[in-house]
Amino acid sequence: MSSLSWGTAEPHLPILLVVVPLFGALLVTFLRRGILAWALTLAVTFVLPLIAISLLAKVLQTGQPIIYEIGNWPAPIGIVYKVDQLAAYVLCVISMIGAVIMPFARRSIAAEIQEPAQSWYYAMYLLCLTGLLGIVITGDAFNAFVFLEISSLATYVLIALGRHRRALLSAYQYLIMGTIGATLYIIGVGLLYVVTGTLNFDDIATRLGPAIADPGYRNAVLTALGFIFVGVSLKLALFPMHVWLPNAYAYAPSVATAFLAGTATKAAIYLFIRVIFSVFGIALAIDSLPIPLVLIILSIAAMFLASFSAVFEENAKRMLAYSSIAQVGYIMLGIALANEASLTGSLAHIANHAVMKTALFLALGAVFYRIGSVMYDDMAGIGRKMPLTMGAFAVAGIGLMGTPGTAGFISKWYLGIGAIDAGHYSIVFMIVASSLISVIYIGRITEVVWFRAPSESAKTAKEAPLSMLIPLWLLAGATVYLGFDTQATVDVSAKAAEVLLGGIR
Amino acid sequence: MRLDLILRVGAKLILPFILLFALYVQFHGDYGPGGGFQAGVISAGMVILFAIIFGVRAAKHVAPPRVVEMMVPGGVLIFAGTGVVSMLLGYNFLDYTGFAHEFLHAHEWGILIVEIGVLVTVCGTMIAMFYAFVERGRT
Amino acid sequence: MIETLENFANHYNFFITIFLMISGLFIVIARGNLIKKLIGLSLFQTSVYLLYLTPAKILNATAPIYDKQYSTYSNPLPHVLMLTAIVVGVATFALGLALVVRIKEAYGTIEEDEIFAKDPEAE
Repeated sequence: MSSLSWGTAEPHLPILLVVVPLFGALLVTFLRRGILAWALTLAVTFVLPLIAISLLAKVLQTGQPIIYEIGNWPAPIGIVYKVDQLAAYVLCVISMIGAVIMPFARRSIAAEIQEPAQSWYYAMYLLCLTGLLGIVITGDAFNAFVFLEISSLATYVLIALGRHRRALLSAYQYLIMGTIGATLYIIGVGLLYVVTGTLNFDDIATRLGPAIADPGYRNAVLTALGFIFVGVSLKLALFPMHVWLPNAYAYAPSVATAFLAGTATKAAIYLFIRVIFSVFGIALAIDSLPIPLVLIILSIAAMFLASFSAVFEENAKRMLAYSSIAQVGYIMLGIALANEASLTGSLAHIANHAVMKTALFLALGAVFYRIGSVMYDDMAGIGRKMPLTMGAFAVAGIGLMGTPGTAGFISKWYLGIGAIDAGHYSIVFMIVASSLISVIYIGRITEVVWFRAPSESAKTAKEAPLSMLIPLWLLAGATVYLGFDTQATVDVSAKAAEVLLGGIR
Repeated sequence: MRLDLILRVGAKLILPFILLFALYVQFHGDYGPGGGFQAGVISAGMVILFAIIFGVRAAKHVAPPRVVEMMVPGGVLIFAGTGVVSMLLGYNFLDYTGFAHEFLHAHEWGILIVEIGVLVTVCGTMIAMFYAFVERGRT
Repeated sequence: MIETLENFANHYNFFITIFLMISGLFIVIARGNLIKKLIGLSLFQTSVYLLYLTPAKILNATAPIYDKQYSTYSNPLPHVLMLTAIVVGVATFALGLALVVRIKEAYGTIEEDEIFAKDPEAE
């Protein structure tokens, strides 16, 4: 069929990025056997990065955002998908993480989830991916809410499929918190709709300018900002609103944890940036509410308090979950400082943290596959039995600390420069100090797995199978590679940051 | 329940009309309140009423769980498939212009097919949820 | 005084919205029963429906169904949005109830304090 050639498919790439995983999810539910479901999911997830990369290449080449009108209805009337530098970049991160996990998933899922539920797991995985990609690609505020809920509902199921009965409870708690967050977001969008009469992000932005000048509307706009701020912060686990995260990550199936840690909070952070910079940024100088100040305080609190919790944790997955909250703190700090260097650091950290944290959680998944536990006591001495797995863990862990030569250093470097540019020298000190805490918690688990006498379960453990090691080392290698070649992360982030800040100045 | 003659005969009388009403709501959706969503709930209501009166086992004979489970993604497949067909015809996703010779007709067709997808999914979801909850704690 | 009351009466639907919002959130926070929490959550979401539908109503307008006799129609968009939000709400509620059923099977209770008493680490 000539109609299926690249030339005719090319204008439809933005919608294909959402439709392909959606179709995959639907077809997977028809497959009863876990292995068939896995094969289809693998095929689908490997197509997505190709689409995302070609979108990114096109956006970088032309410098113009790609607009796709669904049903051929133009912008304010219909829903449009809009891919600009930032969106294309985040799409690449999410789709690549989604793909690289899949080879790992087969054995891990087969061990952790019973056969009839396996195809449902893969369906929910793809549905979650659909939702996350949709949040990023859509240019419509309400459509973003729908995708947010699609991904969240799929996430609740993914978490509830964990083996331990606490998985159910954590899924329930996340459901309550997540729904409150999404509902707060939609209340904010509703207020914006009442003020501006439109739901398109760009259209809201242009109409907010005149609206904010009217004192009658001003309060409504600020209230909307407050609602959206809190709602999205709940979703991205900003510090005091993070309580759902540690248990959700700790008791979900290993693969689901790795996937969610790498992608779910990132999509929410993207939504936050989109709303704050692209929608509100143009209309009201961001300081009409003390949002930057609040964000800085909360981010620093996250960097320290969550890191401290990680130090005293006995469950490796929970430790990494707390570390995720601290890392979200770094990203939000860069957003709050809102200058080009800090925003570049934040955006680069979205990719860098996704790579490192996914590698760490995958390593724990491999350990869980072999010994059935990720408690420190059971993991003692496992490094000698599974050197390749724990070696990758160590590499990614070193990256997480922000050691020079790794991806983590690059993003923290730009964050530091951003803090200096903003005149907050104390923040540079705090970035370094909280990195030192991460040295402690990564150091502690390293000590446990390499230097302690092997536990009962570690004695009989074998090295993880090759299908697990390859994705693991791919990500660990990326941690080092992104520490030297910054073209893929920093250059794109810098361009995206420039575009985002263009609206404010 | 087996002995309750009035309920059983009454239900038998009502059931076909519920389905008929569901179809009326379905196809009247473009000029009046209605559409696939409401029709799906009404037709699922028919199956649920049937299950309450005649027992879940009989209902599973009428609407087997396997079929119901396939209806849920099946309806979405119809919906999303419509979009893909419109893409194959050379238009944007969910742009129905290619479905008939002129704009309004084509959109009527497109929405009709999409609504059938909605009907299938909503009906399947409602029945599946009923089955899932009604069986808990029995076995 | 009269003005305040008039203001109140003219905007009564907003006050109902706020009441539903606050009471829903309160139930989620204050109740220990998992199903009551979900009911509170549902109430909270219901307030959003009212928030959206209130500005969609136009005085003396008909339902947005095209007919030559009428010229002013209510805004159909918020209704469509809320139809979607209702579906999302129903899905969340159903999933939440399904989780509660499973929690009841796993823990034997749906009271939060009893669950935490049985499983202190879950908190």
